[in-house]
Amino acid sequence: MSHLAKDMTPDVTWRDITPGCAIYEGGTSEAVQTGDWRTMRPVIDWAKCKQCLLCVPVCPDISIPVSGEGKREDFNYFYCKGCGICADVCPFGAISMVPEEK
Amino acid sequence: MSYSLKENVMRPERFAAGHRMCAGCGSPIAVRTVLRQLEPGDHAVVCSATSCLEVSTFMYPYTAWKDSFIHNAFENAAATLSGVETAYKALKKQGRLDDTYKFIAFGGDGGTYDIGFQSLSGAMERGHDLVYVCYDNEAYMNTGIQRSSSTPHFADTTTTPAGSVIPGKLQQKKNLTRIMVAHGIPYVAQTTFIGNFKDIAEKAHRAIYTPGPAFLNVMAPCPRGWRYPSEKLMQITKAAVESCVWPLYEVVEGKYILSYEPKNKLPVEEYLKLQGRFAHMFKPGNEWMIDQVQQEVDRNWQELLASCGK
Amino acid sequence: MGIRERLSGNEAVAYAMKQINPDVMGAYPITPSTEIPQYFSAYVDNGEVDTEFIAVESEHSAMSTCIGAQAAGVRAISATSSCGLCYMTEMLYVAASCRLPITLSVCCRALSGPINIHNDHSDAMGVRDAGWIMLFAETNQEAYDNYLQAMRIGEAVGLPIMVCQDGFITSHAIENIELVETDKVKAFVGQYRPKHYLLDPDESVSMGAFGMPAYYMEAKRQQAQAMIDAKDVIYKVGREFGEMTGRTYGLIEKYMMDDAKTAIVLIGSSAGTAKEAVRQLRAQGKKVGLIKVRAFRPFPSEELAEALKGVRAFAVMDKDDSYNAHCGPLFAETAAALYAAGVREPRGVNYIYGLGGRDVRVDSIKQVFAELDKIAATGYAGQTYRYLEVRE
Repeated sequence: MSHLAKDMTPDVTWRDITPGCAIYEGGTSEAVQTGDWRTMRPVIDWAKCKQCLLCVPVCPDISIPVSGEGKREDFNYFYCKGCGICADVCPFGAISMVPEEK
Repeated sequence: MSYSLKENVMRPERFAAGHRMCAGCGSPIAVRTVLRQLEPGDHAVVCSATSCLEVSTFMYPYTAWKDSFIHNAFENAAATLSGVETAYKALKKQGRLDDTYKFIAFGGDGGTYDIGFQSLSGAMERGHDLVYVCYDNEAYMNTGIQRSSSTPHFADTTTTPAGSVIPGKLQQKKNLTRIMVAHGIPYVAQTTFIGNFKDIAEKAHRAIYTPGPAFLNVMAPCPRGWRYPSEKLMQITKAAVESCVWPLYEVVEGKYILSYEPKNKLPVEEYLKLQGRFAHMFKPGNEWMIDQVQQEVDRNWQELLASCGK
Repeated sequence: MGIRERLSGNEAVAYAMKQINPDVMGAYPITPSTEIPQYFSAYVDNGEVDTEFIAVESEHSAMSTCIGAQAAGVRAISATSSCGLCYMTEMLYVAASCRLPITLSVCCRALSGPINIHNDHSDAMGVRDAGWIMLFAETNQEAYDNYLQAMRIGEAVGLPIMVCQDGFITSHAIENIELVETDKVKAFVGQYRPKHYLLDPDESVSMGAFGMPAYYMEAKRQQAQAMIDAKDVIYKVGREFGEMTGRTYGLIEKYMMDDAKTAIVLIGSSAGTAKEAVRQLRAQGKKVGLIKVRAFRPFPSEELAEALKGVRAFAVMDKDDSYNAHCGPLFAETAAALYAAGVREPRGVNYIYGLGGRDVRVDSIKQVFAELDKIAATGYAGQTYRYLEVRE
């Protein structure tokens, strides 16, 4: 009997559900797509980005990855909810918010 | 080591994406920043009071916590975590655990200033080696923006609606940070998100690595409850700090240290006007409300300056 | 063989705790359980146990710390009474639903109001649906014995367990008692090694989930199964305890029930008084008997139906009331047990008795048997919801 989070689907039986609804892995929420909440989409203009990284810590959705060299990378649109804080704090106008297209 | 934003954001994130907090919420920003200050190699057990944070970060089977996590109830995060911390001491004493653990509780202002206050006070007084972080968004947001004892004077909430007779919340915000200082614990700090996050990152690190109980009060704006466009979060926190509505300071072993003194203290209007919850204060005839808040902020600021020996 | 001693119920329970040497105790004083954390703190402060004692600021926090500690991977215990148990109520549900086998010693006491420090079962019965295993003791010896068995039972099924005794009546009265040697206790109780726990360096564990409707009911059904499974475990542990001490335990104790025509069902220390009444009536040739309920959770439904099916009339005595204009909880569940088993013949009545420390004498019990005689003779129960020895 698996007690992996991925197997705790809405079809799981009472015999197989993890006791007390505990989960024995960290960070299983990473399977959840929250990017589809977005109505506005942040778009970065790499020509303007100075890699100051001020946009990184303000992201509530941990959607601005930082490389091993300490450079920000493109948005993780699987999670980004489009709140726009990153665009607002960018001192260089490198991030613009555009309407999300279906 | 001096603070570097680059170094800080390259640390492992201990809070996972895929949580269901609202777009632009301040709480997950506080959580990921605090947890990032854990040294790599140290384990943590995190406890959350029932709150927006809890229901959004551990909706079965999806947990946003990469370290071990426990939610018990609304009013007892501090007591629950003090039980975990005591179990750790027991295992250490018995030689059954080699690894290092740190203990961090998160609660909203409802779970901290109000219903969880006794539990918090008890845990702090008993001296458990844990950090309690209040993400203060100044109302019961999870149940739909009801006033708490942290809600500021005159704020429009669903239980203190700005009416024709009663103009919003009649009481001032409780000064919990100073109450926690009165517990005589080794570390208390008040912070929020400013610029490169140096203030909150350094305070969180000190809170985690100061032996004994520590309390961190983090202003964490709620765009829904405070009624501002979500992208303006960092403008709100900046105005709160520059107007001295939310001063940044820490109290180390009882000694007050001011973290930041604005060169030109902004009038409170500059903070209040950004938020719909204070909109009624700007209607003609309500100038007295703004004046009163200004007096209250000035008084608190003077008291803080005096405490800091200024 | 065991060690002969003279101890109060509270001393006996504290001594059992000391012998077991649990990892964490979180407790708050309340009459009449206060002595337990007092005695235990002395063991802690004199280095006689390894336990970390948390002197919390409320019963609410006592249970909260126990939840945290047990979830972290260690044995956690507490003790309380009355309003203190009420104040823990929310946490009791969390402990059970998180499947944490915490052990709680309860010295049963009346609830306010009026405020009253004496014994009845209103406190324990008030939390009877919280999902805890509940054992009740008649004597100091049983309070001690039940405590030694509690962790084995709770840990086997992953449920918290309440070990209840009657406030003052056993908690403070000193009786002869036979203690088990500490090495035997340790071997009997064993070590607590949970499969999943917060402080496992090799695994991150999240506990206390938000359970949506798609999962909530499956979680609760699984929890219900643990209580069903607890029945066999209580028997097994009770038998093993008997092999060690000569004192065997099950879910109920039947006293002179074999040919009984009338019977009383009750819980706790009043069983001692009732046994004396049964002896005296038996000496007069009356076929009377007693059933003492030891395990209220899980409820001994089959056992009660089997034990009562041959009687003509029975009285269930509740040391508490449900204030439902109908009956107390022990009567309600006993009647449901008979109905479910298809036992229709015996007439049953309910007596609410002993509230707030009202004395229960041998004559009180005889009075109930006298009423049962009438019911047995006529087949007519009359008013089934009765108060015993209340001034009219």
